Amino acid sequence: MSYPDKIHQQAAEIIARYPEGRSRSALLPLLHLVQSHDGYVSEDGIAFCAEALDITKAQVQAVSTFYTMYKREPAGDWLVSVCTNTLCHAKGGQKIFDELSGELNVGHDETTADGQITLEHAECLAACDYAPVVTVNYEFFDNMDEAGAVDLVRQLKEGKRPFPSRGAPLCTLKETSVQLAGFDDEREAALEGDAQGEATLAGNRLAAEAGITAPQFDPDAPLVEKEEAK
Amino acid sequence: MSRATVPNPRRPREDVLSKLTPVVTKRWLSPGAWKIDVYEQLDGYRALRKALRHNPADLIAFMKESGHRGRGGAGFPVGMKWQFVPDDGNDHYLVVNADEGEPGTCKDLPLMMNDPHSVIEGIAIASYAIKADRAFVYVRGEAVHAARRLRHAVAEAKAAGYLGKDILGSGFDLDIVIHSGAGAYICGEETALLDSLEGLRGQPRLRPPFPATHGLYQKPTCINNVGTIAAVPHIVLGGAEWWKSLGSENAAGTMIYSLSGRVVNPGQYECRLGTTLSELIELAGGMQEGHELKYFTPGGSSTPLLTAEHLDVPLDFDNVAKAGSILGTTAIMVFSDQDCPVLSCWRWLKFYQHESCGKCTPCREGNYWMVRVYERILSGEGAESDLKLLENACGNLLGRAFCGLGDGATSCVTSSLKYFRQDYLDYIEGTKPPLFDAELIGAH
Repeated sequence: MSYPDKIHQQAAEIIARYPEGRSRSALLPLLHLVQSHDGYVSEDGIAFCAEALDITKAQVQAVSTFYTMYKREPAGDWLVSVCTNTLCHAKGGQKIFDELSGELNVGHDETTADGQITLEHAECLAACDYAPVVTVNYEFFDNMDEAGAVDLVRQLKEGKRPFPSRGAPLCTLKETSVQLAGFDDEREAALEGDAQGEATLAGNRLAAEAGITAPQFDPDAPLVEKEEAK
Repeated sequence: MSRATVPNPRRPREDVLSKLTPVVTKRWLSPGAWKIDVYEQLDGYRALRKALRHNPADLIAFMKESGHRGRGGAGFPVGMKWQFVPDDGNDHYLVVNADEGEPGTCKDLPLMMNDPHSVIEGIAIASYAIKADRAFVYVRGEAVHAARRLRHAVAEAKAAGYLGKDILGSGFDLDIVIHSGAGAYICGEETALLDSLEGLRGQPRLRPPFPATHGLYQKPTCINNVGTIAAVPHIVLGGAEWWKSLGSENAAGTMIYSLSGRVVNPGQYECRLGTTLSELIELAGGMQEGHELKYFTPGGSSTPLLTAEHLDVPLDFDNVAKAGSILGTTAIMVFSDQDCPVLSCWRWLKFYQHESCGKCTPCREGNYWMVRVYERILSGEGAESDLKLLENACGNLLGRAFCGLGDGATSCVTSSLKYFRQDYLDYIEGTKPPLFDAELIGAH
């Protein structure tokens, strides 16, 4: 097994997050961690997790195969996920998927010949108010259409990093996996990534324009009738 | 069926506008509210200071008094849930369910991204009330930006003394771990979430025992939805009477209604609980041009469909139940006469088939076979007896699995058969062209 020291250190940090004797809780983050090194959950990665947690490889594999974010084959730098669940489907998500499938010449959960882009159809991505929605490495490209999606993957192929509508500037899937393992994104701009989309603020803006606020309250009002000070 | 036409005014009428009640969402407008200094300027961590001046037992009594109910779908009274955690001096845990994935639901993600400190402050208050010194936030894996900002908020709160040892000199300690999932809808089910958090496949547990006594690591555990928790600081500051005054007669507080689909301005509309769909559509700028409301989910794909005849049902827990559905997560997906309920159901069932964890036979097999029956119907090869078959399959699924995923899968099937039987018959009788090629999908 040939993982660098940094991965071993990070594994130890992950395990330390959980209560003593409960190290198995670290398995999901550890699987994200090995994926950050290998680009998928490899045989070596499974063995690494098993050894770190003192469980069997079969136990690790039973878990890694249960969750869709753990990839069984090497994934590209850019994971393009197209929501094709009912609402996005109705608003054109399936057409976007089909268009991208043709453009990239891959099907669901497949990676382009040059190894750069993995395409998948995704279940609801919790952005129905921006349907149809596409994510790249889980950052949102909202209100997509077929032409926009093709332009997006062409830019990726050209080595550009188009800016998401909501979320942080793109980093590679391996880099994203480090964050999924529970480590900070070290890029300063990442946290600043915008999350205030139009739909997110729709109700708020309407209320603000109309001068509507929730009724005022007295923040010092007692919680219970006979307030007992501690 | 009377398909009520919803007015499409440029600006909603005053009495409709007055349903808007921004509380939990109000900080979303402030850029930088995810940073602690901005959050503190906007009343942040004031509720924690107030809560820490009270006994945990008083806090629980207060939460019961407020009438606050869970925002994750089941609507369980929050104070009661807190009270269920035994006060026995053992290890206790608070687990926050931030695994938003119910189709249609899109309110927790903007909350976590735009106002992460409200989640952290709510966790601190809830943990203090149930005497937990460790809390876990199980964030949906795909919600990377939300996890990023939550983790940053934890670090900031810790540096400011709102987390860690002896918080604000109260003697209360708390650590929070932000734990990302890995893509499994079932982990939004609370016992599957616990198994996942323990490093297992996310499969639901048989109850009893309930998590309140045997939860994470078999220790007493309170599991609250992230939206439920984020409302807590507001309720503590505003008081029980204030929170109750924001809802309707039988439901306290505000609700984030998430409108998507065939409306002009989809989005998040925080309103009084009990706002009607008619009002919400008006707030969202009306129906899109050329679209007439045909069906909608009041609270995500697991809640039975309602129709244009339900436009004026107050969308709160009891009234939606009376109308034959479930308030769920108030994720309102609006579909029009240009959408096909049979196709919608097929796609939802594909989702449930994919997300069924496989533990219970009725859910694992039932969804698999129902998808195939839908494909038979949609490819023009169906028979009228297929509708009976679907009803039978639902009867053998509802209530016969460990968790609600199986129940949820039946919602769209039974409700669409109830309201839109003719849409099914159109494919069966051949009055509507097939959507699929029978050869391609291997219908028989």
